[in-house]
Amino acid sequence: MTLNPKQQSHLKAVLFILALLPFLRLVFAIFTDGLGANPLEFITRNTGDWTLYFLCITLAVTPLRRLLNLPWLLKMRRMLGLFGFFYAALHFLTFLWFDHFFDVAEMLRDVVKRPFILVGFIAFVLLLPLALTSTNKMIRRVGAKRWQLLHRLVYLIAALGVLHYFWMKAGKHDFAQPILVGSIVAILLLLRVVWSVQRRISEQRLSANAS
Amino acid sequence: MLIKRQSGNIILPSEITPREFVEARRHFIKQIAVGAAGSAGLIEMANRAAFAQDSGARKLPATANSNYVLMENKTSYKDATTYNNYYEFGTSKSDPAQTAGGLKTRPWTVSIEGEVNRPMKLDLDALMKIAPMEERIYRLRCVEGWSMVIPWTGYALSNLIKKVEPNSNAKYVEFTTLADKSQMPGLAYDVLNWPYMEGLRIDEAMHPLAFLTFGMYGQVLPNQNGAPLRIALPWKYGFKSAKAIVRIRFTSTQPKTAWNQAAPREYGFYSNVNPDVDHPRWSQATERRIGEDGFFAKKRKTLMFNGYNEVAGLYSGMDLRKYF
Repeated sequence: MTLNPKQQSHLKAVLFILALLPFLRLVFAIFTDGLGANPLEFITRNTGDWTLYFLCITLAVTPLRRLLNLPWLLKMRRMLGLFGFFYAALHFLTFLWFDHFFDVAEMLRDVVKRPFILVGFIAFVLLLPLALTSTNKMIRRVGAKRWQLLHRLVYLIAALGVLHYFWMKAGKHDFAQPILVGSIVAILLLLRVVWSVQRRISEQRLSANAS
Repeated sequence: MLIKRQSGNIILPSEITPREFVEARRHFIKQIAVGAAGSAGLIEMANRAAFAQDSGARKLPATANSNYVLMENKTSYKDATTYNNYYEFGTSKSDPAQTAGGLKTRPWTVSIEGEVNRPMKLDLDALMKIAPMEERIYRLRCVEGWSMVIPWTGYALSNLIKKVEPNSNAKYVEFTTLADKSQMPGLAYDVLNWPYMEGLRIDEAMHPLAFLTFGMYGQVLPNQNGAPLRIALPWKYGFKSAKAIVRIRFTSTQPKTAWNQAAPREYGFYSNVNPDVDHPRWSQATERRIGEDGFFAKKRKTLMFNGYNEVAGLYSGMDLRKYF
């Protein structure tokens, strides 16, 4: 399937609206009393869930592009990644607001005391440079090679995010969802390892043939 | 007169929602549900809330115990019956209200056994006649950091304990709760060791605050809240209060309890509400009162023993950091 540039920008617009839906749903529910008995918990969990979903979706772009031979998919990746950051920022904001009422000192004490929060916090902090260097201008300034290296941080971020989720669910002794998300992330990362090994082998062959 | 508000936990009389308002609100929810009954699914939430109320609408008369009245707003019936931790019916807090409706609570027999002179099997009617029904308004503090205020109906657990005459070996009381796969969809997942077990030291169980509960909000307990009988232990985290009890056993050794077995570092046998002993993954210093502490409120401070200092004597000389 190939899409011309116009179709691609249409698709991008559709994806933008779809990606915004979870947020709009939250806003709608806030004003219609649709968040259940503990709305603040609902918002915290919901934004956390969507952060993980968007990390998975973003990490799926490259494998899908290769497996389905859809080079133009790459053009959607930045937007999807930034939506991941958007939900992560909302998630962090709910933590700072609802759990600590903007008491940053207290929030930091909580962060260092509790590994489960610390892991999530580190993941969020690591997302910041990625979001900040997402513009074309920044890519040029950083340099494509270094930019790519920097953005490989997303692999670590996804792993930390899954760990954070796993730890949080440990309290409920309910690992079905963390295992599902963890497996998806693991598969997406493993594919990259396999491809990188394959590439190295074929490069070695090439250089062996050349000599 | 100087009215000084000392902390977020003290509520001025002027802040309490008048009873008529609360009742009008419940009536309103019911009305909506009746209207929505024709257009099924449209206002599903309201419908469900009213269903939960109607299915347990059998009144349970009781005399209010004036020793256990709080100057705090009661949690709304809707919140108290749709936001429940009851893993036998699913791990999500909205699950029990949706899946517990079919639980058969009659006939129901509780076997009382172990280190007692008079072991007995009692059916629900016999149990309900052991002592006069009273209503007590208790705070409920969940280990997860939220709280409610609930009017329970029942009688002090000590009434039942005296009846079976524990012998001198009886040091602990163990509660076994129903585990019936055909009625409880949550049992398909081994998130905990089923059946759910809880336990108390016998002096804790004999404490006047320990309450054997058959109803709430003047009605028979809804299934999702532990029907047909549960205990209410307001100075302990909510999970200590076993629901749908089928066996009460008196033992000489400390009973194994469900959450302690699942995560001994996180949930102790005692699990008294204690703002100074954090859960490993979150602070217990503060809590959010369901239905009240909204977006623009700082969480309220959690009180030692959830504000029930009369139990302090039970633990004198004990290191409550060690025996958490």
